[in-house]
Amino acid sequence: MRRLIWLSVVAAIAIAYPLLLSSPFQQRLGALVLLYAIAASAWNIVGGYAGQVSVGHVVFFGCGAYAAMGSYAKFGLSPLFGIPGGIVLAVGLAAIIGVPTLRLSGHYFSMATIAVAETMRLIVTNTDWLGAAVGLSGPTVPRNIFDLSFLSSLPYYYLFLAILAITLLITWWMTNSRMGFYLRAIKDSERAARSLGAPASRTKLYAYMLSAALTSVAGALYAMMFGFVDPESGFGILISVKILIMAALGGAGLLFGPLVGAAILVPLEEISNSWLGGKGAGLTFVLYGAIIVVIARFQPGGLLSLFTRRSKPTKDTGAGHAP
Amino acid sequence: MSFVLVQVIVGGLLLGAVYALFSSGLTLVWGMMNIVNFAHGDFVMLGMYVAYVVYTLMGGGPILGAPLATLVLATVGVVVYFALIRDIMKGPMLAQILGTFGLALLLRYSVFWWFGANFLSMPPNIVGGTYAFAGLRIEASRLLAGVVALLVTLGLHLLLTRTSLGSKMLAVAEDQTAAQLMGIRPDTMQAIAWAIAAGATGLAGALIANFFYIVPTVGETLGIVAFVTVSLGGFGSVPGALVAGLLIGVIESLSGYLIGAIYKDIVVYVLFLLFLWFRPQGLMGKM
Repeated sequence: MRRLIWLSVVAAIAIAYPLLLSSPFQQRLGALVLLYAIAASAWNIVGGYAGQVSVGHVVFFGCGAYAAMGSYAKFGLSPLFGIPGGIVLAVGLAAIIGVPTLRLSGHYFSMATIAVAETMRLIVTNTDWLGAAVGLSGPTVPRNIFDLSFLSSLPYYYLFLAILAITLLITWWMTNSRMGFYLRAIKDSERAARSLGAPASRTKLYAYMLSAALTSVAGALYAMMFGFVDPESGFGILISVKILIMAALGGAGLLFGPLVGAAILVPLEEISNSWLGGKGAGLTFVLYGAIIVVIARFQPGGLLSLFTRRSKPTKDTGAGHAP
Repeated sequence: MSFVLVQVIVGGLLLGAVYALFSSGLTLVWGMMNIVNFAHGDFVMLGMYVAYVVYTLMGGGPILGAPLATLVLATVGVVVYFALIRDIMKGPMLAQILGTFGLALLLRYSVFWWFGANFLSMPPNIVGGTYAFAGLRIEASRLLAGVVALLVTLGLHLLLTRTSLGSKMLAVAEDQTAAQLMGIRPDTMQAIAWAIAAGATGLAGALIANFFYIVPTVGETLGIVAFVTVSLGGFGSVPGALVAGLLIGVIESLSGYLIGAIYKDIVVYVLFLLFLWFRPQGLMGKM
């Protein structure tokens, strides 16, 4: 019952926010928070619930963004029509990365994700058909509502809010399904889960593919809002970093962790960028690095795990050198 | 075979020796503590910047720069071990990957913030000149880097296999509790391993700084190279890293020459993925 009350309070705040704080800057900030929350929640499915740390998640973001912009720039269609293509591309790539690496220890998976993201960035940067280093642009003047090109951030805000709600609903449904039980068992002890008959590699792969599909949608939304995509914003490692750090700061493996992380870090970055200007870019990521190190060292469960007693990280290996 | 091709292969071998040097640091830590340092490439980057500062601002040469970079990075390694690694080693996998990955960002963007994103390069006269043997032309800086890296990597192998320090480290890697009962301090041995591993990256960074582009993000590429080398050579094996490093150096140079410079990284990454698909136990085949 208390959870339901909390949930309605959060939902009410989310719906009322752009009406109460209605300056363009505030509305844009709100939309960005939701956008990154979608991407970070998608990462959370594989990184938090399945415990497989993808550090090249931007590759799926880029698939979605390029598919959306490509469907306009190459075929003259609404960017919306690119979304299914982006999802197919992302899920296919996830299988290529996941099938060999999810059998191995988690380090291989993490490194392979970086390698694939870098490969994609280099290939796209050198492909003229995809606009090379300049990238692809969306419609400058919307032809109709299906181009989803608005001047105000308000329509994006509610669109992102709806998609975020769907993403969280899918995540919640997943954790309560058979797959969620498998994932929890695998995360606690993969060997024990396997010996009890849980299909570990396959379950992790499904989680990865689901996460890839949702991240690709986030990428498409990003491209629609900004109206263009280039190799850095589509496949650059810094986007991966942002997605990952937001989920980890809020609480990896907790439903609302990514949203909390995004609500803290997106305003922080926007403010530091506007205060420090160009010089701030480097400093922001110094800060991000420091935050990640501090979380890993002191609170691997993220901020929200301070409040939820139920999902504390297992402490079986925490007690010093004692044999 | 044309002279050009031989030249490309020799160049690849010399660069590969440096890859082997810094990868043996990664493989040592991985094999001993089962932790992967995602900041390893950024350690090499830091070594390059230390050498750059020594050469340009302090007016020293490689005789001063290389040992100093080794020393600075070894210190960084020990500090990182005690401040971070010792604790996250016992934590969940997520904490291990996030911790060293965060460290990578911290180092990369601190350097970025301090020195800017521009490509820096060494003054050309630091290690100048080109040698000619039997029609081959080899730059002195590459020759120096390759030969020193090869010797140090072999020395590292001897240190780990032929000395009592090496045996102690191996003992800790095999069984911490048993080693402790024999009077070996795991903490000290692991800190020494981090000093050696990071020191190797410092030396490697100082060596390639003479002919490589110096830029804060170079650590990402070099980190992946180190990871590919270690996966190819089998983790924990310095001889494996040596063979794999040389091989990757040659493959990279050949693909850069035959296909195009922009594709040489892609070839290495794709090779890595193919290895994960078909031979995850590496070339040497123990896992």
